[in-house]
Amino acid sequence: MAKLGSAIFSRLVIIIPYAWLLFFFLIPFFIVFRISLSTTAIAQPPYEPVFALADGLSGLWAKLGELHFDNFVWLTEDALYINAYLSSLWIAAVSTILTLVIGYPIAYGMAQAPRSLRPTLLMLVILPFWTSFLIRVYAWIAILKPEGLLNQFLLGIGIIDSPLIIINTNWAIYIGIVYSYLPFMVLPIYSALEKMDHSLIEAAQDLGCPPITAFWKVTFPLSIPGVVAGCMLVFIPAVGEFVIPDLLGGSQTLMIGKTLWNEFNANRDWPVSAAVATILLLILVVPIVFFQNAQAKAEEQGR
Amino acid sequence: MQTWSRFNIASVVLGFAFLYLPIVLLVVFSFNESKLVTVWAGFSTKWYASLFRNQGLIDAAWVTIRVALLAASVATVLGTMAALALTRYTRFRGRLLFSGMVYAPLVMPEVITGLSLLLLFVAIGFDRGFWTVTLAHITFSMCFVTVVVQSRLLSFDRSIEEAAMDLGATPVRTFFEVTLPVIAPAVLSGWMLALTLSLDDLVIASFTSGPGATTLPMKIYSQVRLGVTPEINAACTILIGLVAVGVLVASILTKRREVQRLRDEQAAFAGR
Amino acid sequence: MKSLGNIRRSFAPWTDPDAKPFITFRNVTKRFGDFTAVDDLTLDIYHREFFALLGASGCGKSTLLRMLAGFERPTSGEIILDGQDIAGIPPYRRPVNMMFQSYALFPHMTVESNIGFGLRQDGMPKAEIAERVAQMLKLVKLEQFAKRKPHQLSGGQRQRVALARSLAKRPKVLLLDEPLGALDKKLREETQFELMDLQQELGLTFVVVTHDQEEAMTMADRIAVMSHGKVIQVATPAEIYEAPNSRFVADFIGDVNILDGTVSASGNGKIELAARDGFTVRTVTGNGPATGSAAGFAIRPEKLKVTRAAPADASVNAAQGEIWDIGYLGDMTVFHVKLDSGKVVKASMLNAQREVEDPIAYDERVWVSFGETAGVVLKD
Repeated sequence: MAKLGSAIFSRLVIIIPYAWLLFFFLIPFFIVFRISLSTTAIAQPPYEPVFALADGLSGLWAKLGELHFDNFVWLTEDALYINAYLSSLWIAAVSTILTLVIGYPIAYGMAQAPRSLRPTLLMLVILPFWTSFLIRVYAWIAILKPEGLLNQFLLGIGIIDSPLIIINTNWAIYIGIVYSYLPFMVLPIYSALEKMDHSLIEAAQDLGCPPITAFWKVTFPLSIPGVVAGCMLVFIPAVGEFVIPDLLGGSQTLMIGKTLWNEFNANRDWPVSAAVATILLLILVVPIVFFQNAQAKAEEQGR
Repeated sequence: MQTWSRFNIASVVLGFAFLYLPIVLLVVFSFNESKLVTVWAGFSTKWYASLFRNQGLIDAAWVTIRVALLAASVATVLGTMAALALTRYTRFRGRLLFSGMVYAPLVMPEVITGLSLLLLFVAIGFDRGFWTVTLAHITFSMCFVTVVVQSRLLSFDRSIEEAAMDLGATPVRTFFEVTLPVIAPAVLSGWMLALTLSLDDLVIASFTSGPGATTLPMKIYSQVRLGVTPEINAACTILIGLVAVGVLVASILTKRREVQRLRDEQAAFAGR
Repeated sequence: MKSLGNIRRSFAPWTDPDAKPFITFRNVTKRFGDFTAVDDLTLDIYHREFFALLGASGCGKSTLLRMLAGFERPTSGEIILDGQDIAGIPPYRRPVNMMFQSYALFPHMTVESNIGFGLRQDGMPKAEIAERVAQMLKLVKLEQFAKRKPHQLSGGQRQRVALARSLAKRPKVLLLDEPLGALDKKLREETQFELMDLQQELGLTFVVVTHDQEEAMTMADRIAVMSHGKVIQVATPAEIYEAPNSRFVADFIGDVNILDGTVSASGNGKIELAARDGFTVRTVTGNGPATGSAAGFAIRPEKLKVTRAAPADASVNAAQGEIWDIGYLGDMTVFHVKLDSGKVVKASMLNAQREVEDPIAYDERVWVSFGETAGVVLKD
């Protein structure tokens, strides 16, 4: 029956990806949460209690009694973690603002470019994204080192007398984040600006607005959805960034992604790293929900 | 015609210089004779030669390619389904949760995704290795496919599907004979995106992979931690070269199709 | 009995009480959430009729067409096609085909495969498909474009492919959604007549949705004027124009002057209306409102005469005023006359001669008059 077939088809289209995401995306978060309430053990897996189907319901209740919030208490008592969270948020915020300040003029310039040139420019912004993230971060090590290319260049033209110490500082992280996430800022702003009707600016100027005022009163407000999307796309992943602080920031920098990685891989303390992840997720829930609402709105408008 | 002002040109040129200079330097220094990546000591291809003798890197590359091809293909199927579900069925139970699960991975820090998937695999007793990395990559890259395909579906003229049904095609046949061929370019670029994401991923792979399934980014990372070497520069240059060739071929092909299309359109109006 | 306007042909099954309708909408209602798109609508369409649904956007005409095609299900009521209730039948099983406003050509298929698409769905043998496609290409004069893709065609050619595709399955009814909307004016006029000839030749029932009254008037045997999900009037183009049943229809179709007043006498097929605008209207047409009730009198601009001299019987259907505006349109001239009561009426006069001696000019005092069969009384 064709009719039955199509009903099954439309069900499957929903159910298969839904089930996949439930199993591989949502359930893992609950597991993270549960393990964050366990204690470390020298075993495989290195935490207890371990839930197993064989325990039955009574066993489950007994083990639930063993769960506790000690890991979370410990996180709040250890200044290392609090500082790591705060410094991650700070670094992400500064980087986001820097990315916006650098990315907006690029997006604006692209949107003003001759129409025939725009697809090429767009291609050029996307292109670095196709090359490895790791490679792009790695490239900066050679540039920012004390004996690196940037210092050689600046010493060579005589701006500075002694090499700037950039690598292994927060500045190196800012540069790394701005560089890696720049396309994520430029693209949404560009698409917001490109959609804009140029006659709006002409109308504003016709009504007596000088170009700079016309920009702040017309262009910028209309590009805000793009700015918000861009900032979210940079800020949220930057908070949990691991590769950039690890390769460019050196051992002194505190970022929560790195802390989590070390806790997990070096200290093998799974419950604590699960607790770290849980809190990181809670911190990011607000911006993530904000981002989703923006996406849903965009989806509505597209309809 | 609006003018492209000097300020605009300057910001675009400087922006692109910032984006491309590090990559260019990396490529240049892969041909450096010296082991020091910051001092130019003459042209040489010796690092490429030593790269091809590095069996560990070659094995890792092979693992990465297999994971990426498999993960991208499955992610494309799942992601296209999710995009259809989101655009075509505006009302079903749990749609809000569904769209949340589709958009969240786009911005989720990789350390969280990686850790949570690892803990899932441990909890269900799945040995880590090739398959766990592949499953993890499917999960995070399918959401990117969904976004790409969804934006195509939203600009899609639904009346051509109605026309197909009006002419007697069942919904299933309509999908395979009309919808899929029309959205094929978006599905293909979703696949390419998923492929790149998988090829590129370090963090999630590090969490979810096990012995014998070391991917190329993991290998590069462990070598970079020991210090910058021209051999890695050479490996990176090859990867960049592959991407550049792929992009060039793709853009030439689309350009040629565009020119053909333009010519056809002119012919159509002339022949009217 | 005198006829209204010029009836095109003697095809008029709706006047025959024994004729069975081919399509019937019975008490059909369609709601989208709180919005009622089609409101308890009942309508009959006859076999081989060229039927137009006319109305402003949002009046429910497209929803009606989509219910006939099967893309929307009525909230209540039934739709009967050729004796069968089709409400539960999915679009791909209905003997009805549609030509879409956007043409909805499959961009990845050639003209040929577009036209053959419906036949392939039915599993028709390949040779027969080829034959039918060739026939269709000939019908729409696109034989040399068979191998082209839709983007390689001009707008008019695309429109003809869409038409051929929807006719290829020989549907019982062809639905056309704004079929000429995307064409430029000249091509539109040509195509109107082509569509009419085609419908005659194939002997099919056509249901067309349009917001363009000229298009509806030219092509259709009957027009249903719709507003807010209801049919206001169903009649031939001439009846709709000459005998609108309401102010809405009179105002919607063409230009009209409406004179408001009170019925002062009624009987013997004659009505007298004391208009507030200085006229005393004596007329023989209208649906006989009671003496003393408020009513309007609708009269088309071309039925008003503008003269310098008073008409022979100046007490009947005549009033004085002065020329307020003159618009020269080439084929005719439109006068806006400000009556002494202050009301401005529109009158148009055909420019039958190239040169007129001493034409009527601005600010002149003139008489406006009309005969007793020239307009129609509308109940309020």
